[in-house]
Amino acid sequence: MNRIWKFIGTGVIVLASLYLLQRLLAPKYVSDVVEGALIAEYYGEEKDHDVIFIGDCEVYENFSPVVLWQDFGINSYIRGSAQQLIWQSYYLLEDTLRYEKPRVVIFNVLAMQYDEPQREAYNRMTLEGMRWSRSKVDAIRASMTREEHFLDYVFPLLRYHARWSELGAEDVRYMFDTPRVSHNGYYMRVDVKPAENVPEGRILADYRFGDNAWTYLDKMTALCRENDIRLILVKAPSLYPYWYDQWEEQMEGYAAENGLLYINFLELVEETGLDFATDTYDGGLHLNLSGAEKISRYLGEALRQEAGLADRRGEAHLSQVWKDKTEAYERERERQYEELHSPAPSRGD
Amino acid sequence: MLFTSYAFPGFMAVLFLLYYLIPGRFQWKLLLAASYLFYFMAGPSWLLYILTTTATVYLAALRMEKMGLQQKSYLKAHREQLSKEEKKAYKDRVKAGQWRWLLACLLLNLGILAVVKYSNFAISNVNGLLRAAGSHRQLGFWDIALPMGISFYTFQALGYLIDVYRGTVAAEHNPFKLALFVSFFPQLIQGPISRFGDLARSLYEEHAFEARRFCFGLERILWGYFKKLVIADRILTGVNTIIRDPGTYRGAWVFVGMMFYALELYADFTGGIDITIGIAQALGIGVKENFNRPYFSKSVKEYWRRWHITMGTWFTDYIFYPISVCKPMLRLSRSARARLGENIGKRVPIYLSSFAVWLATGIWHGASWNFVVWGLGNWVVLMISQELEPLYARFHSRFDVQGTGGFRLFQVLRTILVMSCLRTFDCYRDVPLTFRMFGTLFTEHNWQILWDGSLLGIGLGGVDYGVLLAGLAALVAVSLLQRGGSVRERIAAKPYPVRFLLWYGLFLAVLLAGAYGIGYDASQFIYNQF
Repeated sequence: MNRIWKFIGTGVIVLASLYLLQRLLAPKYVSDVVEGALIAEYYGEEKDHDVIFIGDCEVYENFSPVVLWQDFGINSYIRGSAQQLIWQSYYLLEDTLRYEKPRVVIFNVLAMQYDEPQREAYNRMTLEGMRWSRSKVDAIRASMTREEHFLDYVFPLLRYHARWSELGAEDVRYMFDTPRVSHNGYYMRVDVKPAENVPEGRILADYRFGDNAWTYLDKMTALCRENDIRLILVKAPSLYPYWYDQWEEQMEGYAAENGLLYINFLELVEETGLDFATDTYDGGLHLNLSGAEKISRYLGEALRQEAGLADRRGEAHLSQVWKDKTEAYERERERQYEELHSPAPSRGD
Repeated sequence: MLFTSYAFPGFMAVLFLLYYLIPGRFQWKLLLAASYLFYFMAGPSWLLYILTTTATVYLAALRMEKMGLQQKSYLKAHREQLSKEEKKAYKDRVKAGQWRWLLACLLLNLGILAVVKYSNFAISNVNGLLRAAGSHRQLGFWDIALPMGISFYTFQALGYLIDVYRGTVAAEHNPFKLALFVSFFPQLIQGPISRFGDLARSLYEEHAFEARRFCFGLERILWGYFKKLVIADRILTGVNTIIRDPGTYRGAWVFVGMMFYALELYADFTGGIDITIGIAQALGIGVKENFNRPYFSKSVKEYWRRWHITMGTWFTDYIFYPISVCKPMLRLSRSARARLGENIGKRVPIYLSSFAVWLATGIWHGASWNFVVWGLGNWVVLMISQELEPLYARFHSRFDVQGTGGFRLFQVLRTILVMSCLRTFDCYRDVPLTFRMFGTLFTEHNWQILWDGSLLGIGLGGVDYGVLLAGLAALVAVSLLQRGGSVRERIAAKPYPVRFLLWYGLFLAVLLAGAYGIGYDASQFIYNQF
């Protein structure tokens, strides 16, 4: 009996200490590289969204779900992450469908440029936040670079074992719970860095999207069809990475062939009212709050007209949820302007 | 599959489980299957090499044994009819027949080893000669992969064959059992080079599970991983930075590189051997020790008795003794004594046999002139040490320092320094560069790098040095404790909480301070290449 208790006690101590170490050593993505926290935040949401965005930074930095709610009564969420590859977007969509069935899925097509795994750091930021499911397993398998190992995802302690030498107070404070960093997946930035001297795209040897990318876009289209979801393709108005005419032609062709709505915001600068002197925080790569709100208004109108999404602002519970979200959004806006020592422009400016 | 891959602990866990679940008579068969699976996963085509070696050695050993048995029965049957001379002539004929089988098998297997390991070295030398002769013709290099552990299993198999020839072991009649002896996977990567007589019995017999022995095996494995991952692979970055950029890292850097490499090689090689012996122990199999705290040696001669012991004894038994007592050598010895005097003449066979051993040792370690010079460098140092022994004796008769702690420390440090200097040949691209770099130790005066923070600029940060110092302290402490007997035995006698803290602490040290995964250049064990 004594031996059994010794065995059980040892097991508990070992497992508990390994679990605590894993929690301690894993990156928290709170005050630095907050993009890593975006994917996991979705699971804390009520799953009743009309619209789900999937894609890379061009969705989570360029569209504001708060504007879609405030102006159109559309309940949306962005499942975006840094350099989200198309197979990751596909498996994130599969994962989302385990919880809810949105009416519209919006996919940002910049990810079509990648046909094979890219960087481990970005993989981590997308995949670690996913809850374990068949979709996550498939996403990991599809995304791993040569030097990565599946076991590192199962036991992140193996990946982050060397972080003990760079631990900070934040690692202890947020061991078990991290504050929200996004607004329904939107990563807010209010600062301004005008787009100047945006470089031309370098000449490519081959402008055709890769087979793997096409395969996953086909799978995404089929998955949406099976679930009676309207798939909308968008190209966010980021000036860089460069969006080539040849890529545009391929996307237009695909959208036409499959009866999909495709919106290229790069061609709608005038209609959306975007001004790259004031609406970007990093010289045209991503939009700031002002820019994101402008194109969200345009998108909201398109969703109302094209997808026939109803205004849900009359739903009491949802309105209450969004009231809280909007307050948090405004507080964050004020905080960022305060940090910049600049008064927040009043709404409507 | 490397010992340091994630797959390996999984492979071992499944093997341990099956090994102790199946009936004992199937255990060796499971080990054979596991060994071949292990080798197959390393390189499917390499199986051909190990199968060829196993088959040829098996057949040759059987043939030699059969000839010996035939001789016995013939002599028994004709005891009365044959004269003493006829019996001797018959025995000589049989021995010559056995010798032909031995020689054919040795040539075939050493030929395979030579082709896969040394072809490109030979081609580069031929090309060098052609260039020197003014020819523009150059031979193309062969695209031939070196099968994992080929030097180890070839030597192990040939050792068995020679033992059968000498009659010190009986030939193994079961080809699968011999295949296991040749391919036993834990020692396939980097030895030890086991003798059939030492290993076979425990390899084939049934082993019931013994918790204490199994735990001791796991503890040894853990200690091996500590040496490999925490020390060897961490310091590797610094070593590579220094030796890959000889234009920048000169003078005192060469000394730093030498010392770092000494630590890396020791931790890497002994770590791998600890894992090997630990696995074997957990399986109930006794594998000979390959190291006996070599860095505590007081002379180079002693060092080579304590470093890579099984290789040293292999070369002694199968090269040194046969050469030193062969007929031509005896004739040469007689001739040398007659012409050069007793004092010098008696040294000739020893010097020549040692020369052959160290030449072979050098070539065995690698297909380049660096290793040849390294091997012969060891020979020169050993011979000089031997010649200076009378001088040492005179010194000690005048100064009574022998046995004092300070002098022992001096001897240990001297041995480490001499061995580290010799190993410089293992580090740099070619022999002339090695000599040049060694020369910069005396011509460049940049010893301030040892304290001005430059050491932090070779890919190792403060944390790395902290881990390395702690690891080194642990190595030294364990080595000192080993002088008083088995450390694991002593730990096993402690109360459970103490044991748990020690071993779990070591596990956490490997887990957290080990240089593995992304961000680290996961390197193979250095001795894999042999």
